[in-house]
Amino acid sequence: MDATIVFEVCNVSFAYEGNQTALEHVSLEVQAGESLVILGANGSGKSSLLKLLDGLYFPSSGTISVFGKSLTEEALLNDEFNFAFRRRVGLVFQDSDVQLFSPSVLDEVAFAPLQLGLAREEVNRRIDSALEALRIEKLRDRAPHRLSGGEKRRVALASILTLQPDVWLMDEPTAGLDPRSQSWLVEFILNQQKQGKTIVTATHDLTIAEEIASTICVFSEEHKIVASGKPSDILNDHELLHRSNLSHYHARVIE
Amino acid sequence: MQTIQSTSDSHSRRRNILEQTLHGITEAIEHAVFAEQISANAGFFQSLDARVKVISMLALLIGVSLSRSLLVIAAVYLLLLILAWSSAIPVDFFIKRVWLVLPFFTGLVVIPALFITPGPVLVHLPLGLVITATGVNTVLFLLLRVSTSVSLTLLLILTTPWNAVLSALSVLRLPDVFILVLGMTYRYIYLLLHLANDMFLSRKSRVVGYLSTSDNQHVLAAVSATLLGKSLDMSSEVYLAMVSRGFRGSIITLKPFKMRAKDWWWLSAFLAIAVVVIIMGR
Repeated sequence: MDATIVFEVCNVSFAYEGNQTALEHVSLEVQAGESLVILGANGSGKSSLLKLLDGLYFPSSGTISVFGKSLTEEALLNDEFNFAFRRRVGLVFQDSDVQLFSPSVLDEVAFAPLQLGLAREEVNRRIDSALEALRIEKLRDRAPHRLSGGEKRRVALASILTLQPDVWLMDEPTAGLDPRSQSWLVEFILNQQKQGKTIVTATHDLTIAEEIASTICVFSEEHKIVASGKPSDILNDHELLHRSNLSHYHARVIE
Repeated sequence: MQTIQSTSDSHSRRRNILEQTLHGITEAIEHAVFAEQISANAGFFQSLDARVKVISMLALLIGVSLSRSLLVIAAVYLLLLILAWSSAIPVDFFIKRVWLVLPFFTGLVVIPALFITPGPVLVHLPLGLVITATGVNTVLFLLLRVSTSVSLTLLLILTTPWNAVLSALSVLRLPDVFILVLGMTYRYIYLLLHLANDMFLSRKSRVVGYLSTSDNQHVLAAVSATLLGKSLDMSSEVYLAMVSRGFRGSIITLKPFKMRAKDWWWLSAFLAIAVVVIIMGR
């Protein structure tokens, strides 16, 4: 297998209990250092794909490989593989309230490195570094439920940054953020790209896609990949975007 | 679309019963649980390590529970009032918070003791009922013991952020996973309360006229069911978020506390007071 391939998704289908289809025959590759944006309307299966890539769900059919190894439920039962995988791949959930479950910001950002067995000194060093990088030192002892939406998103990112992952999976990272926070988040993602991190972002926000993507793949409302390629090609294909419920034409009002 | 049935005053009052009750409950629980403003004040008790406060309050709680002297318990209550005052807690608020609620719980339970406890008769009432001195003493004793115990807990909660209280519980050898679940319960109750409030506001904005009692019950049931569904979805997502960051059934937590000389001194002082309470209350 090519060492530069991080994820290899082969003909994956996935359905929730009750046969609610989320993905149908999806195949894609994610290269190391790539910034892949998965574009799709609500309910097209983007979030499900991210959870499959993070080893939280497993395909109904098809296979997923990560760093050249098969990503299965059995594989993740192995401590060595689990720890190595969780240390290298971080998922930022769409709803920060789901991700921030600890009683304080400090506990939150310490959670991942502590569970993954890092030494206390290293954990403390990473906490300080992450809080400083995201400019949230003042929030250190605050309870997550008292934070604003933008602050919650920063803490959610810090909780992954302490992992220092090679791969970032981001689910609708700009959803619900004000313009300043969105702009800051784009800069954060670009900065991670500069550091050679692999980033997979699920979104229906065409503006952020244009700013951060090196490759885009488009999901249809039928839970299939209908196109993938360079951002300039995808984002200029208005017919494709319209068909995938990612853009709309408005009738001109004539007085 | 709801049917407009009447706009009379009685209907207006009925229309608002459900909303007012729910709003009141939400507000009351939020106020009870989130006393962060006071805990952020600069005060004596706020300056102590959370572990000192938890252990001290627990020791005094045991002392008050074991004490059989009205005077000793009253002295502890007085001490609590002084501690509340020195911790920037408005003393009238501290007293009312306990004594306005107490009659509804303890009061109802202990009132029969006024009449059924044998002893010297103080007052004769109609229907052959009598109030005895022993009965009065028993009721006062129970009320004071309960109010002092509740005040001890209140002082701890008002002067300590809830997350610090939870972290401090680890000194009682409670399992970390239990403390984490307590913290998550607190955190998500807050979230679901806001959600419930929003759902009722959303409902209110779409109702014209008034809802009958059965309609109100229907709304309440629908909101409860939606909240239950959302809480189940959320618990599943939270679990995934934990697994994603390395959770495998057991929890490792930071224990960032550092005891200072001042903390050790006050811990010793409170433990000594608890011992005195137990000895003098025999």
